[in-house]
Amino acid sequence: MASVCPYGAFTHAIVRGIPESFGKPAEGGEAIETDMARAQRQFGVLMGALRQKVGLQLMEIPADAEFPESWRIEDVAVIQGDTALITRPFKEQRRAEAEALRQVLSELNMNVVEMGVEEGGSGGATLEGSDVLFTGKEFFVGISKHTNHRGAEVLADTFRDFAVSTVPVCGGSRLKNICSMGGPETIIFSNSEGAKKTLRMMEQLTDNHYDVLSVPETVAANCVYVRSPAKVDFLLHPTVDECPDSIAVFQKLPDYTLLPTACSEASKLGGALSSFCLLINRKFNYF
Amino acid sequence: MTTEGGSEAEVKKEPEKSPEEQQEEQQSDPSESAPNAGTEPQPAPDNQENVEAEPAEAEPASPDPTSTPSPSGQKKEKGISRFLPPWLKRQKSHSQAEPKDSPAPSDTPTQPPTQEEVGTGQEEEGTRGEGTAVQSPGATQEVESREEEPEEEAVKAENSVIGTETQPVKEEKEGDLEEEVQQQEEQKGEEQADSAGVSPLKVGKKMKLVVCHVTLLDGSQFPCEVEKRAKGQYLFSKVCEHLNLLEKDYFGLSFKDNADQKCWLDPTKEIKRQIRNSQWQFAFNVKFYPPDPSQLMEDITRYLLCLQLRQDISSGRLPCSFVTHALLGSYTLQAELGDHDPDEHRLDYISDFQFAPTQTKELEVKVAELHKSHKGMTPAQADIQFLENAKKLSMYGVDLHHAKDSEGVDIMLGVCANGLLIYKDRLRINRFAWPKILKISYKRCNFYIKIRPGEAEQFESTVGFKLPNHRAAKRVWKVCVEHHTFFRLTSPEQPAKSKFLTLGSKFRYSGRTQAQTRQASALIHRPPPYFQRTSSKRSSRSLDGAPAVSVSDHAHLLDSAHTLGAGDNGRDSALELSSDSKSPQVEEGAEPGEGAASAVPAEPALERKLRVQGENIYVRHSNLMLEDLDKTQEEVLKHQASISELKRSFMEAAPEPRANQWDKRLTGSPATSLRQLAQGSTEDEQSSGLNGQLEVVEVVEETVVIEEVIKAARSKNSISEGPAADATATERAPEAKDERSASSDSESEEEAEYHPQLSVSTDSAHLIREDPEEEEQEVELNRDTTPTNQEQHPIREDVTAEPASAAVQREEQTVAQQHEEEESGDKVLVIPDKAPNGHSHDRETPPTLCTEEEEPCVVNGDTSHVDGERAPQVICCSEPPVVKTEMVTISDTFAAQKTEITTKEVPIVHTETKTITYEAAQQDGNGDGEPGVLMTAHTITSESLCTTTTTHITKTLKGGLSETRIEKRIVITGDSDIDHDEALAQAIKEAKEQHPDMSVTRVVVHKETELADEDE
Repeated sequence: MASVCPYGAFTHAIVRGIPESFGKPAEGGEAIETDMARAQRQFGVLMGALRQKVGLQLMEIPADAEFPESWRIEDVAVIQGDTALITRPFKEQRRAEAEALRQVLSELNMNVVEMGVEEGGSGGATLEGSDVLFTGKEFFVGISKHTNHRGAEVLADTFRDFAVSTVPVCGGSRLKNICSMGGPETIIFSNSEGAKKTLRMMEQLTDNHYDVLSVPETVAANCVYVRSPAKVDFLLHPTVDECPDSIAVFQKLPDYTLLPTACSEASKLGGALSSFCLLINRKFNYF
Repeated sequence: MTTEGGSEAEVKKEPEKSPEEQQEEQQSDPSESAPNAGTEPQPAPDNQENVEAEPAEAEPASPDPTSTPSPSGQKKEKGISRFLPPWLKRQKSHSQAEPKDSPAPSDTPTQPPTQEEVGTGQEEEGTRGEGTAVQSPGATQEVESREEEPEEEAVKAENSVIGTETQPVKEEKEGDLEEEVQQQEEQKGEEQADSAGVSPLKVGKKMKLVVCHVTLLDGSQFPCEVEKRAKGQYLFSKVCEHLNLLEKDYFGLSFKDNADQKCWLDPTKEIKRQIRNSQWQFAFNVKFYPPDPSQLMEDITRYLLCLQLRQDISSGRLPCSFVTHALLGSYTLQAELGDHDPDEHRLDYISDFQFAPTQTKELEVKVAELHKSHKGMTPAQADIQFLENAKKLSMYGVDLHHAKDSEGVDIMLGVCANGLLIYKDRLRINRFAWPKILKISYKRCNFYIKIRPGEAEQFESTVGFKLPNHRAAKRVWKVCVEHHTFFRLTSPEQPAKSKFLTLGSKFRYSGRTQAQTRQASALIHRPPPYFQRTSSKRSSRSLDGAPAVSVSDHAHLLDSAHTLGAGDNGRDSALELSSDSKSPQVEEGAEPGEGAASAVPAEPALERKLRVQGENIYVRHSNLMLEDLDKTQEEVLKHQASISELKRSFMEAAPEPRANQWDKRLTGSPATSLRQLAQGSTEDEQSSGLNGQLEVVEVVEETVVIEEVIKAARSKNSISEGPAADATATERAPEAKDERSASSDSESEEEAEYHPQLSVSTDSAHLIREDPEEEEQEVELNRDTTPTNQEQHPIREDVTAEPASAAVQREEQTVAQQHEEEESGDKVLVIPDKAPNGHSHDRETPPTLCTEEEEPCVVNGDTSHVDGERAPQVICCSEPPVVKTEMVTISDTFAAQKTEITTKEVPIVHTETKTITYEAAQQDGNGDGEPGVLMTAHTITSESLCTTTTTHITKTLKGGLSETRIEKRIVITGDSDIDHDEALAQAIKEAKEQHPDMSVTRVVVHKETELADEDE
């Protein structure tokens, strides 16, 4: 298929800054103690790593205090190839977050598909990007509190070349909390019982083979893998402080450049490294 | 004459071939209209050749006093002629020409001069009177044979090998001219009937013809006339012939049933019964989408697959994204129009094509843009690119069926190469890989799969789905059985033969598996057929009027790259012949009778017992399976990985290594070779292999590729036991039976089960260990399973074959080795004996039918040809009631070698055996060459629904010249209704096509029929 290439070859990343309202309950939620300054520092480090170390072209959408969760840009779109699906987050107030993103996407010449438009509101479809694991060969959509079947169907309808499998999310609130890509054919998975259940389901559903990198701490299960144009494998992962036991596992990855990147503040809000960025391969070609 | 004849034959072949093929293609069309059309293509070319051949061969013929075929031989020949391929017929004709040109009494000891003269006279008259020189030879022959031996007719009729019963009487009474005409007509009728897949027994009746309309993948219609009771196979092979398609196992014919549901035409069953009241309207479609199309052998196969996929895409069955539509569309343009030409290709040239269910201008622009970038790509390359992209689509090759889950939710069942997929809308919600599935069954409108327990679970679970109706449930079930067998097994499981628990559907996929088809297609050696790429607009019917541009394409990129890859049903296996090899020997064994029947031949009583045991065994197995087979996905993956690695290594292996292997094996089994030396005859020693073959093959279902590897070692051991083999063979047969019957469970039409457990992923090694009996089988199994790792395990058959050939060569005779044909497992082992061909007699009472084609090596002037045929001894286990064995040798040879012996023996129960040997002319020089060196020997066995082909290639070095002999054994197995002649003819034809540069020297046909049982 045209758009299939090994996972990880990204050229661009879209990020969105930490708003002043960071950590504030969006609507009626319980407040969680967070250190906004620290969160911004961590965000800065992440951006630096992506830009300077990995070499991605970074596009930053300014923070907007109106959207306390807008930094979780991963949720509002699913991008594969030249197609971006603007999702329909579970929380209504988050649906407006995508507005700024659309402009950026169109600048990038992306083919933007609106999920919300379908069937006048998509018949209750909800989908958040943090429940979507794209492996380069297929999609897994975690059915969670934030994402329902209908949402997954819209996704399947959008990315027709790929198999889209739904899996239950166990051991975390979002699929990406318990797993993420760690290489073109490697999935990093949390060691927890729940995660194992999800993993088994994924194994059953897939036609492809993946190596599974099992990490003892759930927080370590969310990493960002990018293969730079120079063919260097970069893995952004939580720091030693966050996941002391998992570092050794990462170090087993052959020839990887490991970039420990803290995201402790985001973690408190259920976020993770991958929440901060939308990765795009703008150099996709057809061959 | 050998030299002359040989070279002549070769020369002729070249010209022959192309016209022949062309003719066939062309004929197919006209043929429909004519009543006899169906069968026309074959005879017609023959005749032509005859004409050509006669003058040429007349010369050499007359000087050489040759034994003319004996009466019985001729008679047989006549029968055979129906299915003998043109090149063989030519030879026949030349033998006829001989008497014609030199009316003087022939030297043949066997044939009374008078009769011959009569024959000649008739022939001449016929020629003059009718002016239809073409047809006359055949007809004359008929007359001759009939007149000579009325008695034999009776026998013949009984044997039902060739059903010409009624003819003789009429003929004799009528005048020559009339006779001729009538004969011709009758002959045609006969041919039709036969080719229509009707059992010879039924031939007497007049058959009604029906015109089938087959929609081909390019949208064109192919009308084809078939006998009303013809089986699906007949029609299918006609279509493939029309398309010039060899790798046909991936394809099938479909039709719409009354409910407008698409059904696959079962090749083994009568068409009429399947379509019921529907139209005789079919579509030629891809049935099994090869997961890796680059492994297909021929461009034409890929092209057809492309056509199917274009259809799938434009109809929306194969969903894909905009980008993919554009990309695939651009490859389509490149394949069909060639490079983008800015002058010629304005933008609207594209709108003649349909690339997507809904085609936007935007898409067309994109397609055009991409098209430009493909500049320089050949059509074949474009097709390959197309397929490389299409195969990655998630719905590629997924056959969807509507169903409801246990809670009544609408879902889709998707059957594909890897297993069963469950979709809800577009989402994949579950997937059951074949290794996970223990049993597939249906009952009424429910479809069930029994799942192997996972790591954590203790018990297997059964998942049920509700289909709209009973037929739908059965359809899914069938598709599953077929896909499982095709993609998962190395050879098909034979349908249950037992009449024991026959309540259920005994349906099994009987065609070739992917492994087999790949193996077979690896042997395709024909110049890439020319074909026209029709503009794809045809497939999108909405668009008309576009200029049809066809690009023919001759590029073969992949040929060399994929040795094994291609799948094709070629029944022939062609092996790599070394450069100078000119005289291939092809041996083909076919069982016209009823292959299936023969497989389960004698001794009903015994069989029953065995069957019962079989059931038990089966149960045991399944238990084992439960225990052993429960592997995690990972393990399975690993298995697969290792398999693919094996495959890879196999594919990469050069032919040389193979030879080495052979050598090793040869040396490894001293016993055998010694034995042969002692015998000093040309023949294979124990045919143990074959014997097993039939049966085993069926059993083999369980064989696991992995297992094969493991077994390799084992089989070697067994091989060294050479002598023992014979003994074991007998035992083996029954065992095989057991298994086979075991696997067939009782199923009713209402419900049926299928146990896919014995599949590749399964570790049958365990199974085998448990069953001592099986071990033996395994050895043979290995043989069968060869597709993937041939090198890895010595195949017993090969071993035997080799020594034999070696021996032969020692004698320096270009010889055909005879394999033993012990295809009929039960019957037994054949002990080879050899008859020096000096007077070639074949006395054989082999249970099976074997056709051997032999090519004399022309290389040395001295080529002498010795045929040893061993007469297999038949060991009857139990009540030997009615067995007729008849052996006929037909030789056109001028050499004095021909002898044919007709033997009637009464060995086996309920079995008829006939052996027919057809030899090309050969000299009986005594070879003085140095002992031949066996360069390569290779056995490939593949079984398709009705044929098994075994190929031996032997390369001999003689005085610096090397000659290559290919022996093929083709076992045709089937119900009484199968038209074996047709199948054989097809097989021979394919063999011929595969080795265009070789000639067929000898054909030995053993026919084995189960008399009583099957007739019911």
